[in-house]
Amino acid sequence: MDKNLNQDLQKELRREALKRNWRLFKQSKLGMIGLYIVIFFLFLALLQPFLFITGIWNKGVYDPVVGYDTIKDTLLVVECPKEYPTEKYESYTDCPAKGEVNVKKLYMAPGVEVGDMYETFIQPAPPSRTHLLGTDSLGRDIFSQIMEGSQVAFILGLLSATLGVGISTILGTIAAFFGGRIDAYLMRQSDLILMLPSLPLLFIISAFAELKVWHLAVVLGVIGGLGGSVITIKSQALQVKVKPFVDSARITGGSNMKILFSHVLPNVAPLALLFMVFSVTGAIASESVLSFLGLLNIDMSWGIMIYLSQTDGFIFSGMRYWWLILPAGLAVTFLAGGFYLVGRGLDDVFNPRLRKR
Amino acid sequence: MKKNVIEVKNLEKYFEVSSGFFSRKKTTVKAVDDITFEIPFGESLGLVGQSGCGKTTTARALCLLDPKTGGEVNFYNNDVSSMQSIDELEGEELKKFRRNIQMIFQDPYESLNPRWTIKDIILEPLNIHNIGDLDEREEAVSEILQTVGLTPPENYMPRYPHELSGGQRQRVSIARTLIMKPKFVVCDEPTSMLDVSIRISIMDLMLNLAKDLEVSYLYITHDLAVARYMCNRIAVMFNGKIVEIAETEELLSNPVHPYTKRLISSIPVPDPSYDRKVYDVNFDELDSLIEKHGSDKPMIDIGNEHFIATHDVKGLI
Repeated sequence: MDKNLNQDLQKELRREALKRNWRLFKQSKLGMIGLYIVIFFLFLALLQPFLFITGIWNKGVYDPVVGYDTIKDTLLVVECPKEYPTEKYESYTDCPAKGEVNVKKLYMAPGVEVGDMYETFIQPAPPSRTHLLGTDSLGRDIFSQIMEGSQVAFILGLLSATLGVGISTILGTIAAFFGGRIDAYLMRQSDLILMLPSLPLLFIISAFAELKVWHLAVVLGVIGGLGGSVITIKSQALQVKVKPFVDSARITGGSNMKILFSHVLPNVAPLALLFMVFSVTGAIASESVLSFLGLLNIDMSWGIMIYLSQTDGFIFSGMRYWWLILPAGLAVTFLAGGFYLVGRGLDDVFNPRLRKR
Repeated sequence: MKKNVIEVKNLEKYFEVSSGFFSRKKTTVKAVDDITFEIPFGESLGLVGQSGCGKTTTARALCLLDPKTGGEVNFYNNDVSSMQSIDELEGEELKKFRRNIQMIFQDPYESLNPRWTIKDIILEPLNIHNIGDLDEREEAVSEILQTVGLTPPENYMPRYPHELSGGQRQRVSIARTLIMKPKFVVCDEPTSMLDVSIRISIMDLMLNLAKDLEVSYLYITHDLAVARYMCNRIAVMFNGKIVEIAETEELLSNPVHPYTKRLISSIPVPDPSYDRKVYDVNFDELDSLIEKHGSDKPMIDIGNEHFIATHDVKGLI
């Protein structure tokens, strides 16, 4: 009875602490904007499987990798001069028929005459009601690809950030707690990693090993976890280490391990969480760069989308094929920025000194 | 003959400080230099002195937080009913020793883990030493909370330290310290960060608990009034040395050492018209005096169990 009361009170107090933190987070406008952005992309990521399961989207048409939609366009064959330039037309494209390539083919096809109606497939197709963001050069739905890309971004970002922060928290607290040679070694190691340019390093790794999403997450996590964050976590742990409650645990007879796990780690955790949110940003950006350069073995991601539009030659066409580049580019920018803003908001919660009074 | 709970003989704590980045020369800072005292069961000794004179260093050395660099600390061992040097303790014996010695810290805002509930904080010593089963531990926590005046205990157990006031936090610290029923508690200025109005209630609490649980205190403070209220005897420390040690009333009414005189004369009096004369001591002169006469000789008894350092007898009386 007494115990139940106690537990209820404890739950109540915990809920209140959560509410208080939430209120603090809500006060930071940037943090809330970031949170909305992240929630929006999370919604996109979860929506795609839902659309497939409920059958609203047909896999054959909307699948981001193997889907294909036949969007036909009817062209009227008109007469164009056979040799260019002329006074009227300087090139094929000036000829008043839609789709210069097709027109060229028509000229080569025997039996077609001026005035015929001719059906042709168009890819990439501009946004329409069936394809909200159009299709890419292989006839695949861009919107579906964006959704798939956000799944990849979330998996990769969260996985690598968790791994990285886990590593750096443990190493940082160990460095702070035991000091001496272990500390010196870990610090020099993170100096070394900080010094290495991470992208070229990733190029080399991807040259030696086939990188899938999981592999990339592990690589990014390890590189991030051994790098500069160890130093920051260590400095925080050093602050906790000299607090009297650590001393009093030691006087009572607590072992090093016990003090490390029950006193130091929980007090370093908020900073670690902050790091985690910030490193998601880095992971998403690195993935985009690597897949843009074609160094990853991933079926679909935002970076791959930009990569494809580039290899297919659409990236230099200005805004004419904007749906091939802009959605993916903006998605990368916004999700990475959103996580960064959430981090800023959390910073306000966990760093009382930054709080506005 | 009174039984002593702790005997400290010629305790030394030196720190090696390298004087520069490139120089290999190291200078030694004598934070605690050759101090000797003992505390009988149930009595408390006040350690008084200015900031940086080595009070806290002494406390930390006694609690085995920082290893001492010289001297001897003997602790009364209940199992063998005799004094035992803390250097000889190892493994299980050391753990047992730790049950008997505890420390209360100055800052109640830093001495409790902000991420733990009050219950977890007080439970920690029991968990470390694995005493009793879970229900018994909880029972003990609620009991000790009542003892230190945090009632009803079930209201306090699930709270976090930041939800309590400074005085309440210090009560929690005391509860945490006393749950192991230690024989000896080092108090490192436990009331200096508290309101004056709360201070007296905390001191009363500590005195009552000392009576009930037969705890001896080493009470570190820079406030002679507090020391007078709390302690049977007072030791005055100056630059790492004990310069005068006597019964509380004896020391306060009949100070001999110039530094003690200075301390006592600088106690503020709540009367603006009172013209206070601060006993003037040239600290540099005192330093060189101590330097000159060394510290290898024992302290001199001038009667009434009133001991003063040798340099003083030679130089100033």
